[in-house]
Amino acid sequence: MKILKSLMVTAAVSLALMANAAHAENKKIALVVKALGIGFFEAANKGAQEAAKELGDVEVIYTGPTSTTAEGQIEVINSLIAQKVDAIAVSANDTDALVPALKKAMDRGIKVISWDSGVAKDGRMMHLNPSSNPLIGNMIIKLAADNLPEGGDVAVLSASATATNQNTWIAEMKKVQGNYKGINVVATVYGDDLADKSYRETQGLIQSYPNLKAIIAPTSVGIVAAAQAVTDAGKIGQINVTGLGLPSEMAGHVKSGASKSFAIWNPIDLGYSATMIAYDLIGGAEAKPGAELKMGRMGAVKLDDNNEGAMADPFVYDAKNVEEFAKIF
Amino acid sequence: MMAKFLKNRELLLVGAIGVLLALITWRFPPFVAPANLARVYNDTSILIILALGQMAVILTRCIDLSMAANLALSGMVAAMLNAASPGLPIPLVILAAVALGTVLGMINGALVWKLDIPPIVVTLGTLTIYRGLIFLLSDGKWINAHQMSDAFKALPRDALLGFPVLSWLSLVMIALVFLLMSRTALGRAFYAVGGNPHAAVYTGIDVGRTRFSAYCLSGALAGLSGYLWVSRYAVAYVDIAAGFELDIIAACVIGGISIAGGIGTVAGAVLGALFLGVIKNALPVINISPFAQMAISGTVIIIAVAVNARAERRKGRVILRKAEAV
Repeated sequence: MKILKSLMVTAAVSLALMANAAHAENKKIALVVKALGIGFFEAANKGAQEAAKELGDVEVIYTGPTSTTAEGQIEVINSLIAQKVDAIAVSANDTDALVPALKKAMDRGIKVISWDSGVAKDGRMMHLNPSSNPLIGNMIIKLAADNLPEGGDVAVLSASATATNQNTWIAEMKKVQGNYKGINVVATVYGDDLADKSYRETQGLIQSYPNLKAIIAPTSVGIVAAAQAVTDAGKIGQINVTGLGLPSEMAGHVKSGASKSFAIWNPIDLGYSATMIAYDLIGGAEAKPGAELKMGRMGAVKLDDNNEGAMADPFVYDAKNVEEFAKIF
Repeated sequence: MMAKFLKNRELLLVGAIGVLLALITWRFPPFVAPANLARVYNDTSILIILALGQMAVILTRCIDLSMAANLALSGMVAAMLNAASPGLPIPLVILAAVALGTVLGMINGALVWKLDIPPIVVTLGTLTIYRGLIFLLSDGKWINAHQMSDAFKALPRDALLGFPVLSWLSLVMIALVFLLMSRTALGRAFYAVGGNPHAAVYTGIDVGRTRFSAYCLSGALAGLSGYLWVSRYAVAYVDIAAGFELDIIAACVIGGISIAGGIGTVAGAVLGALFLGVIKNALPVINISPFAQMAISGTVIIIAVAVNARAERRKGRVILRKAEAV
């Protein structure tokens, strides 16, 4: 199996090499994903190809293992080193396991960055987060406020009371609450990422707060259940459900009007930005705390003390674009 | 007086639910509005249907831990059928879900009957297998609201004489299971097998076959609930109803159905489920912290088990007098 897999990878890479021979001056950037055949990463590749087209002298090698294992990624990385690519941009299956292989790549002069899912500091030059906690916190309340020009009561439906990322986003949201006049956060309830409990908690919110205007659910199970509960209560138009979700899961609820808009990172922009940053590094830019790396149409990313940067606000999906993205992820 | 009251499990539960409602009303008066109580009943309907099946299994001294996984698998298949061919009549989809649920129940029953493996081991195993099958079938993907047809989603919601079909369905199931338990040989066999399996054999009851039938019933009801669940919440994924098997068993235990088998009534199972349903629906509106919510649910279950244990001990030591009384 392993031999077969490495044979296949070698074959793929040599094919890519042959195709390359014609443009020997092209810079080769490898986009390594967690596994091939996942909609989210296919979309990231779309963005990477877009960046390559824009840059002109770049060829993107889209690759990854067939299943989401660190071992598979290490094999892929080793073969990329053998191919002498100029840069590797990886979404890692394991924070630490890839470090030795990626260190070897950097020793050979290959620029290494991680994106989406990071690698430990030693194994990469920088990490590109799809978004940052403050940006997400701001976005979820902005989504509610944008549809409430007069202000009003909003409530939060979270996953579990102990979920770190949820609590961080909600805390960040409360920090910027003052920027949105008239928006009054009345409660935070927990659906434990269970459809039935989230549904019931939403019913509880509708009962307890008759003036409720929006429910913010920064969790994919919660946002779907809340939208269904609002629909069943006949409150479409009165209560807007928003938060973080996937377009394929939310398309129906956007169409019904239960959710006017919601957000999640855009994988196309993510692949695009990762490619742009890798190109910038190949061109001599240095990844160090405080540095700003160029991301083409996405602007620039500023690195923090940990050499990490955040791409942008989560991308907003609404009736205009949700159908299109629902086909992708 | 008190002892007599404590012995009548159903009255005790009605009293407990009454006290509970009074306490909730004190904190949040709109909760006891008739419309809201109807909503709470509707929300508890699926749990009631499942508790009826679990009751039959527990009566025969067995247990079905795979009910929630069975529900999830049947529900996923129903949703996938609907997504693949939206034109398929809904009764057929429901029939498919019930049939699949029954088959899954038969697997449990056959393993318990023919291979004589302890029920808790069998159903713990099938729980994992059924959940795994969902993953294999669906590839981990969700079936979402917009992939389901409107008819598929409408059935549990449509109102009939002012109540949702979901509520009516649970009432029909209660009536059917009540008739099964009180008017058929099979119903009496459930009690006989759980009460004293050895004696049951001498009265000509096939213990294994009776247990098999109980598993078929719980499987069929889980299959039906599978359709109801995915259509009501309008989403199907691997983890739906995760951990719900504990709620089902808790409803039975609170309802006075003895884990040791042979003791329990349909009314007990229904009231036990309603008791849990009231708590689950009330906690979100009376501002109790999510951590306290878990502790409260747990406490209620332990109290119920303690009351059960007391009641059964007394019964266990005076078999003869009880027999005379009957």
